[in-house]
Amino acid sequence: MRSSRKPRVADAVAVLVAAVVAFPLYWMVLSAFKPEGELLSTDPRPWTFAPTLDGFRRVFTVEGLGGYFVNSLVVAVAVVLLSVLLSFLAAVALTRFRFRGRTVLLVMVLVAQMVPVEALTIPLFFLMRQVGDVAPAFGLNHLGSLVLVHLAFSLPLAIWVLRGFVAAVPEELQEAATLDGAGRARFVWQVLFPLVAPGLVATSVLSFIHAWNDFLFAKTFIISATENQTLPMAILVFFTPEGNDWGAIMAGSTLMTIPVLVFFVLVQRKLVAGLAGAVKG
Amino acid sequence: MAALLYLAPAGLVLVLMMGYPLYQLVQISLYEYGQAQASGGAPLEFLGAGNYLTLLGDAQFWTVLVQTCLFAAVCVVGSLAVGIALAVLATRIRPLPRLLLFLAAIGAWATPAMAGSTVWLFLFDQDFGLVNEVLTGIGVDGAAGFSWTYDKYVAFGLVAAEVIWCSFPFVLVTTYAGLTGIPSEVVEAAALDGASAWRTARTVLLPMLRPVLVIATIQSIIWDFKIFTQIYVMTNGGGVAGQNLVLNVYAYQEAFAGADYGLGSAIGVVMTVLLVLITLAYLRAQRKDGAVA
Repeated sequence: MRSSRKPRVADAVAVLVAAVVAFPLYWMVLSAFKPEGELLSTDPRPWTFAPTLDGFRRVFTVEGLGGYFVNSLVVAVAVVLLSVLLSFLAAVALTRFRFRGRTVLLVMVLVAQMVPVEALTIPLFFLMRQVGDVAPAFGLNHLGSLVLVHLAFSLPLAIWVLRGFVAAVPEELQEAATLDGAGRARFVWQVLFPLVAPGLVATSVLSFIHAWNDFLFAKTFIISATENQTLPMAILVFFTPEGNDWGAIMAGSTLMTIPVLVFFVLVQRKLVAGLAGAVKG
Repeated sequence: MAALLYLAPAGLVLVLMMGYPLYQLVQISLYEYGQAQASGGAPLEFLGAGNYLTLLGDAQFWTVLVQTCLFAAVCVVGSLAVGIALAVLATRIRPLPRLLLFLAAIGAWATPAMAGSTVWLFLFDQDFGLVNEVLTGIGVDGAAGFSWTYDKYVAFGLVAAEVIWCSFPFVLVTTYAGLTGIPSEVVEAAALDGASAWRTARTVLLPMLRPVLVIATIQSIIWDFKIFTQIYVMTNGGGVAGQNLVLNVYAYQEAFAGADYGLGSAIGVVMTVLLVLITLAYLRAQRKDGAVA
Protein backbone atom coordinates (compact mmCIF):
# COMPACT_ATOMS: atom_id res chain seq x y z
CA MET A 1 0.00 0.00 0.00
CA ARG A 2 2.68 2.42 1.02
CA SER A 3 4.82 1.71 -1.97
CA SER A 4 1.99 2.38 -4.40
CA ARG A 5 0.92 5.64 -2.79
CA LYS A 6 4.29 7.19 -2.20
CA PRO A 7 5.33 7.43 -5.83
CA ARG A 8 2.08 9.16 -6.70
CA VAL A 9 2.87 12.03 -4.35
CA ALA A 10 6.39 12.13 -5.78
CA ASP A 11 4.98 12.13 -9.31
CA ALA A 12 2.70 15.05 -8.50
CA VAL A 13 5.55 16.99 -6.91
CA ALA A 14 7.71 16.36 -9.96
CA VAL A 15 5.04 17.57 -12.36
CA LEU A 16 4.45 20.67 -10.24
CA VAL A 17 8.17 21.45 -10.14
CA ALA A 18 8.40 20.91 -13.89
CA ALA A 19 5.57 23.40 -14.42
CA VAL A 20 7.22 26.02 -12.21
CA VAL A 21 10.60 25.54 -13.90
CA ALA A 22 9.10 25.74 -17.38
CA PHE A 23 6.87 28.70 -16.59
CA PRO A 24 9.35 31.53 -17.34
CA LEU A 25 9.91 30.02 -20.79
CA TYR A 26 6.16 29.80 -21.38
CA TRP A 27 5.75 33.39 -20.25
CA MET A 28 8.54 34.57 -22.54
CA VAL A 29 7.06 32.95 -25.64
CA LEU A 30 3.52 34.01 -24.73
CA SER A 31 4.61 37.61 -24.13
CA ALA A 32 6.45 37.66 -27.44
CA PHE A 33 3.10 37.09 -29.17
CA LYS A 34 0.95 39.35 -27.00
CA PRO A 35 -0.28 42.65 -28.39
CA GLU A 36 1.10 45.79 -26.76
CA GLY A 37 -2.13 46.54 -24.91
CA GLU A 38 -2.15 43.18 -23.14
CA LEU A 39 1.56 43.34 -22.33
CA LEU A 40 1.38 46.72 -20.71
CA SER A 41 -1.69 45.88 -18.73
CA THR A 42 -1.65 45.80 -14.96
CA ASP A 43 -3.80 42.71 -15.21
CA PRO A 44 -1.61 40.17 -17.04
CA ARG A 45 -3.36 37.03 -18.27
CA PRO A 46 -1.68 33.67 -18.81
CA TRP A 47 -3.09 33.43 -22.35
CA THR A 48 -3.90 35.71 -25.24
CA PHE A 49 -6.79 35.88 -27.67
CA ALA A 50 -5.05 38.19 -30.09
CA PRO A 51 -1.59 36.82 -30.91
CA THR A 52 0.50 39.20 -32.97
CA LEU A 53 3.91 39.29 -34.60
CA ASP A 54 4.38 42.98 -33.83
CA GLY A 55 7.12 42.35 -31.30
CA PHE A 56 9.08 40.26 -33.79
CA ARG A 57 8.47 42.87 -36.48
CA ARG A 58 9.94 45.57 -34.26
CA VAL A 59 13.10 43.64 -33.46
CA PHE A 60 13.65 42.84 -37.09
CA THR A 61 12.98 46.32 -38.40
CA VAL A 62 14.12 48.64 -35.65
CA GLU A 63 17.24 46.80 -34.62
CA GLY A 64 17.97 44.76 -37.72
CA LEU A 65 17.88 41.67 -35.59
CA GLY A 66 18.06 39.43 -38.66
CA GLY A 67 21.65 40.51 -39.18
CA TYR A 68 22.48 40.10 -35.48
CA PHE A 69 20.95 36.65 -35.53
CA VAL A 70 23.17 35.63 -38.44
CA ASN A 71 26.22 37.12 -36.68
CA SER A 72 25.53 35.13 -33.53
CA LEU A 73 25.08 31.99 -35.58
CA VAL A 74 28.27 32.53 -37.58
CA VAL A 75 30.32 33.02 -34.41
CA ALA A 76 28.80 30.04 -32.58
CA VAL A 77 29.08 27.63 -35.52
CA ALA A 78 32.66 28.68 -36.29
CA VAL A 79 33.58 28.17 -32.62
CA VAL A 80 31.97 24.72 -32.56
CA LEU A 81 33.68 23.48 -35.74
CA LEU A 82 37.10 24.79 -34.80
CA SER A 83 36.85 23.64 -31.22
CA VAL A 84 35.81 20.10 -32.21
CA LEU A 85 38.75 19.87 -34.58
CA LEU A 86 41.38 21.41 -32.34
CA SER A 87 40.32 19.73 -29.11
CA PHE A 88 40.09 16.33 -30.79
CA LEU A 89 43.62 16.64 -32.14
CA ALA A 90 44.92 17.79 -28.76
CA ALA A 91 43.05 15.02 -26.94
CA VAL A 92 44.56 12.41 -29.27
CA ALA A 93 48.04 13.81 -28.69
CA LEU A 94 47.54 13.80 -24.93
CA THR A 95 46.28 10.20 -24.76
CA ARG A 96 47.85 8.32 -27.67
CA PHE A 97 51.35 9.71 -27.72
CA ARG A 98 54.05 9.33 -25.12
CA PHE A 99 56.26 12.35 -24.78
CA ARG A 100 58.01 14.36 -22.11
CA GLY A 101 55.95 16.99 -20.38
CA ARG A 102 52.66 15.25 -21.09
CA THR A 103 51.57 15.28 -17.47
CA VAL A 104 52.51 18.93 -17.15
CA LEU A 105 50.35 19.73 -20.19
CA LEU A 106 47.44 17.77 -18.76
CA VAL A 107 47.65 19.69 -15.51
CA MET A 108 47.78 22.93 -17.48
CA VAL A 109 44.60 21.99 -19.34
CA LEU A 110 42.94 21.33 -15.99
CA VAL A 111 44.13 24.62 -14.54
CA ALA A 112 43.05 26.50 -17.68
CA GLN A 113 39.47 25.49 -16.90
CA MET A 114 39.71 27.47 -13.68
CA VAL A 115 40.82 30.72 -15.30
CA PRO A 116 37.93 33.17 -15.00
CA VAL A 117 37.90 34.22 -18.61
CA GLU A 118 35.81 37.28 -17.89
CA ALA A 119 38.70 38.64 -15.85
CA LEU A 120 40.76 38.69 -19.04
CA THR A 121 38.43 41.12 -20.82
CA ILE A 122 40.78 44.07 -20.44
CA PRO A 123 44.01 42.51 -21.81
CA LEU A 124 41.98 40.77 -24.53
CA PHE A 125 40.52 44.11 -25.56
CA PHE A 126 44.03 45.48 -26.07
CA LEU A 127 45.19 42.28 -27.74
CA MET A 128 42.31 42.44 -30.20
CA ARG A 129 43.18 46.01 -31.02
CA GLN A 130 46.69 44.88 -31.92
CA VAL A 131 45.41 41.87 -33.85
CA GLY A 132 43.20 44.23 -35.82
CA ASP A 133 46.28 46.04 -37.15
CA VAL A 134 47.56 42.81 -38.67
CA ALA A 135 44.37 40.87 -39.49
CA PRO A 136 41.35 43.18 -39.37
CA ALA A 137 38.85 40.31 -39.59
CA PHE A 138 40.05 39.06 -36.20
CA GLY A 139 40.37 42.45 -34.53
CA LEU A 140 38.02 44.74 -32.66
CA ASN A 141 34.62 45.34 -34.24
CA HIS A 142 34.84 42.10 -36.22
CA LEU A 143 33.26 38.73 -35.60
CA GLY A 144 36.62 36.99 -35.84
CA SER A 145 37.64 38.46 -32.50
CA LEU A 146 34.66 36.80 -30.82
CA VAL A 147 35.40 33.49 -32.55
CA LEU A 148 39.00 33.53 -31.30
CA VAL A 149 38.04 34.37 -27.74
CA HIS A 150 35.31 31.76 -27.43
CA LEU A 151 37.41 29.14 -29.17
CA ALA A 152 40.15 29.61 -26.58
CA PHE A 153 37.68 29.44 -23.72
CA SER A 154 35.92 26.32 -24.89
CA LEU A 155 39.11 24.40 -25.63
CA PRO A 156 40.23 23.40 -22.10
CA LEU A 157 36.95 21.72 -21.15
CA ALA A 158 36.57 20.20 -24.62
CA ILE A 159 40.08 18.73 -24.50
CA TRP A 160 39.42 17.38 -21.02
CA VAL A 161 36.13 15.74 -21.93
CA LEU A 162 37.44 14.27 -25.19
CA ARG A 163 40.55 12.95 -23.49
CA GLY A 164 38.32 10.67 -21.43
CA PHE A 165 36.60 9.38 -24.56
CA VAL A 166 39.78 8.81 -26.52
CA ALA A 167 41.36 7.03 -23.56
CA ALA A 168 38.35 4.70 -23.36
CA VAL A 169 39.03 3.36 -26.87
CA PRO A 170 41.03 0.14 -26.37
CA GLU A 171 44.65 0.11 -27.53
CA GLU A 172 44.02 -3.21 -29.30
CA LEU A 173 41.90 -1.37 -31.81
CA GLN A 174 44.87 0.65 -32.89
CA GLU A 175 47.01 -2.47 -33.14
CA ALA A 176 44.35 -4.13 -35.27
CA ALA A 177 44.15 -1.11 -37.50
CA THR A 178 47.92 -1.05 -37.88
CA LEU A 179 47.91 -4.75 -38.80
CA ASP A 180 45.31 -3.98 -41.43
CA GLY A 181 47.73 -1.50 -42.87
CA ALA A 182 46.07 1.71 -41.71
CA GLY A 183 48.45 4.52 -40.85
CA ARG A 184 48.11 6.60 -37.73
CA ALA A 185 46.28 9.41 -39.50
CA ARG A 186 43.74 7.03 -40.95
CA PHE A 187 43.22 5.36 -37.61
CA VAL A 188 42.71 8.72 -35.92
CA TRP A 189 40.14 9.98 -38.41
CA GLN A 190 38.35 6.82 -39.48
CA VAL A 191 38.31 4.88 -36.23
CA LEU A 192 38.85 7.24 -33.29
CA PHE A 193 36.88 10.21 -34.53
CA PRO A 194 33.54 8.36 -34.96
CA LEU A 195 34.07 6.48 -31.69
CA VAL A 196 34.34 9.65 -29.61
CA ALA A 197 31.20 11.15 -31.22
CA PRO A 198 29.24 11.41 -27.92
CA GLY A 199 32.07 13.42 -26.45
CA LEU A 200 32.19 15.61 -29.54
CA VAL A 201 28.46 16.26 -29.26
CA ALA A 202 28.70 17.17 -25.58
CA THR A 203 31.57 19.57 -26.12
CA SER A 204 29.89 21.06 -29.19
CA VAL A 205 26.78 21.91 -27.23
CA LEU A 206 28.80 23.52 -24.47
CA SER A 207 30.93 25.52 -26.93
CA PHE A 208 27.89 26.57 -28.91
CA ILE A 209 26.06 27.79 -25.82
CA HIS A 210 29.13 29.58 -24.55
CA ALA A 211 29.58 31.52 -27.77
CA TRP A 212 25.89 32.05 -28.46
CA ASN A 213 25.13 33.37 -24.97
CA ASP A 214 28.07 35.69 -24.72
CA PHE A 215 27.20 39.23 -23.84
CA LEU A 216 30.35 40.57 -22.17
CA PHE A 217 32.78 40.13 -25.06
CA ALA A 218 30.32 41.25 -27.71
CA LYS A 219 29.69 44.36 -25.63
CA THR A 220 33.41 45.01 -25.19
CA PHE A 221 34.83 44.11 -28.59
CA ILE A 222 32.15 45.29 -31.01
CA ILE A 223 32.15 48.96 -30.17
CA SER A 224 31.39 50.99 -33.26
CA ALA A 225 30.50 48.48 -35.98
CA THR A 226 26.91 47.88 -34.93
CA GLU A 227 26.31 45.76 -38.03
CA ASN A 228 28.66 43.21 -36.46
CA GLN A 229 26.80 43.07 -33.16
CA THR A 230 25.35 39.85 -31.84
CA LEU A 231 21.88 39.07 -30.51
CA PRO A 232 22.19 39.92 -26.79
CA MET A 233 23.16 43.50 -27.60
CA ALA A 234 20.14 43.94 -29.87
CA ILE A 235 17.79 42.89 -27.07
CA LEU A 236 19.37 45.34 -24.65
CA VAL A 237 18.54 48.26 -26.94
CA PHE A 238 14.85 47.91 -26.10
CA PHE A 239 15.48 48.77 -22.47
CA THR A 240 15.08 52.54 -22.34
CA PRO A 241 14.63 55.05 -19.52
CA GLU A 242 11.31 56.05 -21.11
CA GLY A 243 10.00 52.52 -20.73
CA ASN A 244 10.97 49.02 -21.82
CA ASP A 245 9.55 47.62 -25.03
CA TRP A 246 8.65 44.30 -23.41
CA GLY A 247 7.07 42.90 -26.58
CA ALA A 248 10.28 43.35 -28.54
CA ILE A 249 12.44 42.21 -25.63
CA MET A 250 10.45 38.99 -25.23
CA ALA A 251 10.41 38.41 -29.00
CA GLY A 252 14.19 38.87 -29.17
CA SER A 253 14.71 36.63 -26.15
CA THR A 254 12.49 33.96 -27.69
CA LEU A 255 14.47 34.09 -30.93
CA MET A 256 17.66 33.84 -28.95
CA THR A 257 16.46 30.82 -26.98
CA ILE A 258 15.02 28.75 -29.82
CA PRO A 259 18.25 27.66 -31.55
CA VAL A 260 19.81 26.57 -28.26
CA LEU A 261 16.66 24.76 -27.23
CA VAL A 262 16.44 22.92 -30.54
CA PHE A 263 20.12 22.02 -30.39
CA PHE A 264 19.73 20.82 -26.81
CA VAL A 265 16.67 18.69 -27.40
CA LEU A 266 18.21 17.11 -30.50
CA VAL A 267 21.35 16.04 -28.70
CA GLN A 268 20.27 15.79 -25.07
CA ARG A 269 20.77 12.03 -24.81
CA LYS A 270 24.27 12.25 -26.22
CA LEU A 271 24.94 15.31 -24.10
CA VAL A 272 24.05 13.52 -20.89
CA ALA A 273 26.04 10.47 -21.96
CA GLY A 274 28.93 12.74 -22.83
CA LEU A 275 28.88 14.59 -19.54
CA ALA A 276 28.50 11.38 -17.58
CA GLY A 277 31.39 9.90 -19.55
CA ALA A 278 33.50 12.91 -18.76
CA VAL A 279 32.67 12.64 -15.09
CA LYS A 280 33.54 8.96 -15.02
CA GLY A 281 36.68 9.39 -17.10
CA MET B 1 57.16 15.19 -33.45
CA ALA B 2 53.72 14.03 -34.54
CA ALA B 3 52.41 14.84 -31.06
CA LEU B 4 53.57 18.41 -31.49
CA LEU B 5 51.70 18.67 -34.76
CA TYR B 6 48.49 17.50 -33.13
CA LEU B 7 48.93 19.79 -30.16
CA ALA B 8 50.10 22.91 -31.94
CA PRO B 9 46.78 24.41 -33.10
CA ALA B 10 45.06 24.18 -29.71
CA GLY B 11 48.25 25.11 -27.90
CA LEU B 12 48.76 28.18 -30.04
CA VAL B 13 45.22 29.44 -29.46
CA LEU B 14 45.46 28.80 -25.71
CA VAL B 15 48.82 30.50 -25.30
CA LEU B 16 47.82 33.51 -27.39
CA MET B 17 44.28 33.94 -26.05
CA MET B 18 44.65 32.76 -22.46
CA GLY B 19 48.28 32.58 -21.39
CA TYR B 20 49.40 35.88 -22.83
CA PRO B 21 46.32 37.84 -21.66
CA LEU B 22 46.78 36.39 -18.17
CA TYR B 23 50.33 37.71 -18.15
CA GLN B 24 49.12 41.03 -19.56
CA LEU B 25 46.41 41.30 -16.93
CA VAL B 26 48.98 41.16 -14.16
CA GLN B 27 51.20 43.61 -16.00
CA ILE B 28 48.50 46.20 -16.69
CA SER B 29 47.43 46.00 -13.06
CA LEU B 30 50.85 47.34 -12.06
CA TYR B 31 50.52 50.51 -14.14
CA GLU B 32 48.61 53.73 -14.18
CA TYR B 33 46.63 52.87 -17.28
CA GLY B 34 43.86 55.26 -18.26
CA GLN B 35 42.34 56.60 -21.44
CA ALA B 36 45.46 58.61 -22.31
CA GLN B 37 47.75 55.60 -21.94
CA ALA B 38 45.37 53.33 -23.81
CA SER B 39 45.37 55.62 -26.83
CA GLY B 40 49.13 56.06 -26.64
CA GLY B 41 48.85 59.74 -25.75
CA ALA B 42 50.69 59.46 -22.46
CA PRO B 43 53.60 57.37 -21.25
CA LEU B 44 52.94 54.44 -18.95
CA GLU B 45 53.60 55.08 -15.32
CA PHE B 46 54.69 52.14 -13.22
CA LEU B 47 52.75 52.03 -9.97
CA GLY B 48 53.86 48.70 -8.59
CA ALA B 49 51.30 47.74 -5.99
CA GLY B 50 49.63 51.15 -6.33
CA ASN B 51 46.37 49.92 -7.86
CA TYR B 52 46.14 47.17 -5.25
CA LEU B 53 46.71 49.66 -2.44
CA THR B 54 43.95 51.82 -3.89
CA LEU B 55 41.65 48.81 -3.80
CA LEU B 56 42.61 47.87 -0.25
CA GLY B 57 41.81 51.38 0.92
CA ASP B 58 38.53 51.55 -0.96
CA ALA B 59 35.48 50.71 1.13
CA GLN B 60 33.43 49.95 -1.97
CA PHE B 61 35.91 47.29 -3.09
CA TRP B 62 35.54 45.44 0.23
CA THR B 63 31.78 45.65 0.04
CA VAL B 64 31.80 44.31 -3.51
CA LEU B 65 34.25 41.56 -2.57
CA VAL B 66 32.14 40.35 0.35
CA GLN B 67 28.88 40.49 -1.57
CA THR B 68 30.42 38.66 -4.53
CA CYS B 69 31.40 35.77 -2.25
CA LEU B 70 28.04 35.71 -0.48
CA PHE B 71 26.08 35.97 -3.71
CA ALA B 72 28.11 33.16 -5.30
CA ALA B 73 27.74 31.03 -2.16
CA VAL B 74 23.96 31.44 -2.16
CA CYS B 75 23.80 30.54 -5.87
CA VAL B 76 26.08 27.51 -5.49
CA VAL B 77 24.30 26.13 -2.43
CA GLY B 78 20.93 26.85 -4.01
CA SER B 79 21.70 25.11 -7.31
CA LEU B 80 23.22 22.12 -5.52
CA ALA B 81 20.33 21.76 -3.07
CA VAL B 82 17.66 22.03 -5.76
CA GLY B 83 19.60 19.90 -8.26
CA ILE B 84 20.38 17.08 -5.82
CA ALA B 85 16.89 17.05 -4.29
CA LEU B 86 15.32 16.80 -7.74
CA ALA B 87 17.81 14.12 -8.83
CA VAL B 88 16.78 11.98 -5.85
CA LEU B 89 13.14 12.69 -6.64
CA ALA B 90 13.72 11.72 -10.28
CA THR B 91 14.89 8.25 -9.27
CA ARG B 92 11.59 7.61 -7.49
CA ILE B 93 9.02 8.64 -10.06
CA ARG B 94 7.42 7.16 -13.10
CA PRO B 95 8.90 7.72 -16.58
CA LEU B 96 6.38 10.33 -17.74
CA PRO B 97 6.72 12.78 -14.81
CA ARG B 98 10.47 12.23 -15.03
CA LEU B 99 10.47 13.12 -18.71
CA LEU B 100 8.49 16.29 -17.97
CA LEU B 101 10.86 17.24 -15.17
CA PHE B 102 13.91 16.73 -17.38
CA LEU B 103 12.37 18.59 -20.31
CA ALA B 104 11.60 21.58 -18.10
CA ALA B 105 15.08 21.50 -16.59
CA ILE B 106 16.72 21.26 -19.99
CA GLY B 107 14.63 24.20 -21.14
CA ALA B 108 15.85 26.34 -18.24
CA TRP B 109 19.40 25.13 -18.79
CA ALA B 110 19.32 25.96 -22.48
CA THR B 111 17.92 29.45 -21.96
CA PRO B 112 20.65 31.99 -22.69
CA ALA B 113 21.60 34.20 -19.74
CA MET B 114 20.32 37.26 -21.57
CA ALA B 115 16.91 35.72 -22.30
CA GLY B 116 16.59 34.31 -18.79
CA SER B 117 17.41 37.69 -17.31
CA THR B 118 14.89 39.55 -19.42
CA VAL B 119 12.00 37.18 -18.78
CA TRP B 120 12.63 37.06 -15.03
CA LEU B 121 12.76 40.86 -15.03
CA PHE B 122 9.48 40.94 -16.88
CA LEU B 123 7.83 38.44 -14.53
CA PHE B 124 8.91 40.62 -11.60
CA ASP B 125 8.30 43.95 -13.33
CA GLN B 126 7.05 46.66 -11.00
CA ASP B 127 4.04 47.65 -13.09
CA PHE B 128 3.34 44.92 -15.62
CA GLY B 129 4.79 41.86 -13.94
CA LEU B 130 2.79 38.73 -13.29
CA VAL B 131 4.25 38.16 -9.85
CA ASN B 132 3.08 41.44 -8.34
CA GLU B 133 -0.32 40.89 -9.89
CA VAL B 134 -0.66 37.41 -8.42
CA LEU B 135 0.57 38.56 -5.02
CA THR B 136 -1.93 41.40 -5.04
CA GLY B 137 -4.59 38.93 -6.13
CA ILE B 138 -4.02 36.71 -3.11
CA GLY B 139 -4.12 39.73 -0.83
CA VAL B 140 -0.45 40.52 -0.13
CA ASP B 141 -0.27 44.11 1.05
CA GLY B 142 2.13 46.35 -0.77
CA ALA B 143 2.68 43.97 -3.68
CA ALA B 144 1.09 46.37 -6.16
CA GLY B 145 3.85 48.43 -7.74
CA PHE B 146 6.53 46.78 -5.59
CA SER B 147 9.99 47.16 -7.12
CA TRP B 148 12.06 43.99 -7.01
CA THR B 149 15.21 45.74 -8.13
CA TYR B 150 15.25 48.79 -5.85
CA ASP B 151 16.28 47.25 -2.54
CA LYS B 152 19.79 45.80 -2.54
CA TYR B 153 18.96 42.44 -0.98
CA VAL B 154 15.70 41.94 -2.83
CA ALA B 155 17.51 42.65 -6.10
CA PHE B 156 20.32 40.22 -5.25
CA GLY B 157 17.70 37.65 -4.29
CA LEU B 158 15.93 38.04 -7.61
CA VAL B 159 19.15 37.61 -9.58
CA ALA B 160 20.14 34.62 -7.43
CA ALA B 161 16.77 33.00 -8.11
CA GLU B 162 17.30 33.38 -11.85
CA VAL B 163 20.84 32.02 -11.58
CA ILE B 164 19.69 29.00 -9.58
CA TRP B 165 16.88 28.45 -12.09
CA CYS B 166 19.28 28.12 -15.00
CA SER B 167 22.12 26.34 -13.20
CA PHE B 168 20.42 23.62 -11.12
CA PRO B 169 19.73 21.52 -14.25
CA PHE B 170 23.43 20.77 -14.68
CA VAL B 171 23.54 19.47 -11.09
CA LEU B 172 20.31 17.53 -11.63
CA VAL B 173 21.52 15.83 -14.81
CA THR B 174 24.98 14.90 -13.53
CA THR B 175 23.74 13.76 -10.11
CA TYR B 176 20.95 11.73 -11.68
CA ALA B 177 23.47 10.06 -13.99
CA GLY B 178 25.59 9.32 -10.92
CA LEU B 179 22.66 7.92 -8.95
CA THR B 180 21.45 5.65 -11.74
CA GLY B 181 25.02 4.46 -12.22
CA ILE B 182 25.02 2.97 -8.74
CA PRO B 183 24.04 -0.71 -8.96
CA SER B 184 20.77 -1.37 -7.11
CA GLU B 185 22.35 -4.46 -5.50
CA VAL B 186 24.55 -2.17 -3.44
CA VAL B 187 21.57 -0.35 -1.98
CA GLU B 188 19.69 -3.62 -1.45
CA ALA B 189 22.68 -5.15 0.31
CA ALA B 190 22.84 -2.18 2.65
CA ALA B 191 19.11 -2.53 3.38
CA LEU B 192 19.54 -6.26 4.06
CA ASP B 193 22.30 -5.44 6.51
CA GLY B 194 19.75 -3.32 8.35
CA ALA B 195 21.06 0.14 7.38
CA SER B 196 18.55 2.97 7.61
CA ALA B 197 17.79 5.06 4.53
CA TRP B 198 19.80 7.94 5.98
CA ARG B 199 22.75 5.71 6.81
CA THR B 200 22.64 4.17 3.36
CA ALA B 201 22.62 7.62 1.78
CA ARG B 202 25.50 8.83 3.91
CA THR B 203 27.83 5.83 3.92
CA VAL B 204 27.00 4.09 0.66
CA LEU B 205 25.52 6.52 -1.86
CA LEU B 206 27.42 9.67 -0.95
CA PRO B 207 30.92 8.21 -1.33
CA MET B 208 29.93 6.70 -4.68
CA LEU B 209 28.46 10.00 -5.80
CA ARG B 210 31.40 12.05 -4.61
CA PRO B 211 33.23 12.39 -7.96
CA VAL B 212 30.07 13.64 -9.62
CA LEU B 213 29.25 16.05 -6.80
CA VAL B 214 32.78 17.44 -6.75
CA ILE B 215 32.56 18.28 -10.44
CA ALA B 216 29.08 19.78 -10.09
CA THR B 217 30.23 21.92 -7.17
CA ILE B 218 33.41 23.13 -8.83
CA GLN B 219 31.54 24.01 -12.00
CA SER B 220 28.96 25.91 -9.94
CA ILE B 221 31.61 27.82 -8.01
CA ILE B 222 33.47 28.77 -11.16
CA TRP B 223 30.27 29.71 -12.92
CA ASP B 224 28.55 31.66 -10.12
CA PHE B 225 31.59 33.56 -8.93
CA LYS B 226 32.04 35.39 -12.22
CA ILE B 227 28.49 36.04 -13.27
CA PHE B 228 28.18 39.09 -15.47
CA THR B 229 25.13 39.07 -17.74
CA GLN B 230 22.47 38.47 -15.09
CA ILE B 231 23.75 41.18 -12.76
CA TYR B 232 24.39 43.61 -15.58
CA VAL B 233 21.00 43.18 -17.22
CA MET B 234 18.75 42.59 -14.21
CA THR B 235 20.16 45.38 -12.05
CA ASN B 236 20.88 47.70 -14.96
CA GLY B 237 24.67 47.70 -14.72
CA GLY B 238 25.10 47.02 -11.00
CA GLY B 239 22.04 48.32 -9.21
CA VAL B 240 21.00 51.63 -7.70
CA ALA B 241 24.26 53.51 -6.94
CA GLY B 242 26.25 50.34 -7.62
CA GLN B 243 24.69 48.48 -4.69
CA ASN B 244 24.47 45.20 -6.62
CA LEU B 245 27.96 45.14 -8.07
CA VAL B 246 29.93 41.91 -8.08
CA LEU B 247 33.68 41.80 -8.84
CA ASN B 248 33.22 40.99 -12.50
CA VAL B 249 30.83 43.85 -13.22
CA TYR B 250 32.86 46.15 -10.95
CA ALA B 251 36.04 45.45 -12.94
CA TYR B 252 34.19 46.05 -16.18
CA GLN B 253 32.76 49.35 -14.96
CA GLU B 254 36.10 50.59 -13.60
CA ALA B 255 37.90 49.68 -16.82
CA PHE B 256 35.50 50.48 -19.61
CA ALA B 257 33.13 53.02 -18.10
CA GLY B 258 35.66 54.65 -15.78
CA ALA B 259 38.59 54.25 -18.22
CA ASP B 260 40.85 52.96 -15.47
CA TYR B 261 42.24 49.80 -17.04
CA GLY B 262 44.96 49.47 -14.41
CA LEU B 263 42.51 49.34 -11.54
CA GLY B 264 40.12 47.13 -13.52
CA SER B 265 42.96 44.67 -14.15
CA ALA B 266 43.88 44.66 -10.47
CA ILE B 267 40.29 43.62 -9.70
CA GLY B 268 40.61 40.95 -12.37
CA VAL B 269 43.75 39.61 -10.72
CA VAL B 270 42.07 39.54 -7.31
CA MET B 271 39.13 37.69 -8.85
CA THR B 272 41.34 35.10 -10.53
CA VAL B 273 43.39 34.45 -7.39
CA LEU B 274 40.28 34.16 -5.22
CA LEU B 275 38.56 31.78 -7.61
CA VAL B 276 41.57 29.51 -7.85
CA LEU B 277 42.02 29.57 -4.05
CA ILE B 278 38.37 28.74 -3.38
CA THR B 279 38.43 25.89 -5.88
CA LEU B 280 41.67 24.47 -4.51
CA ALA B 281 40.46 24.77 -0.92
CA TYR B 282 37.29 22.93 -1.88
CA LEU B 283 39.24 20.19 -3.64
CA ARG B 284 41.49 19.80 -0.60
CA ALA B 285 38.59 19.64 1.81
CA GLN B 286 37.04 16.96 -0.39
CA ARG B 287 40.21 14.91 -0.40
CA LYS B 288 40.59 15.10 3.36
CA ASP B 289 36.95 14.23 3.79
CA GLY B 290 37.34 11.27 1.46
CA ALA B 291 40.37 9.97 3.36
CA VAL B 292 38.41 9.97 6.61
CA ALA B 293 35.23 8.39 5.26
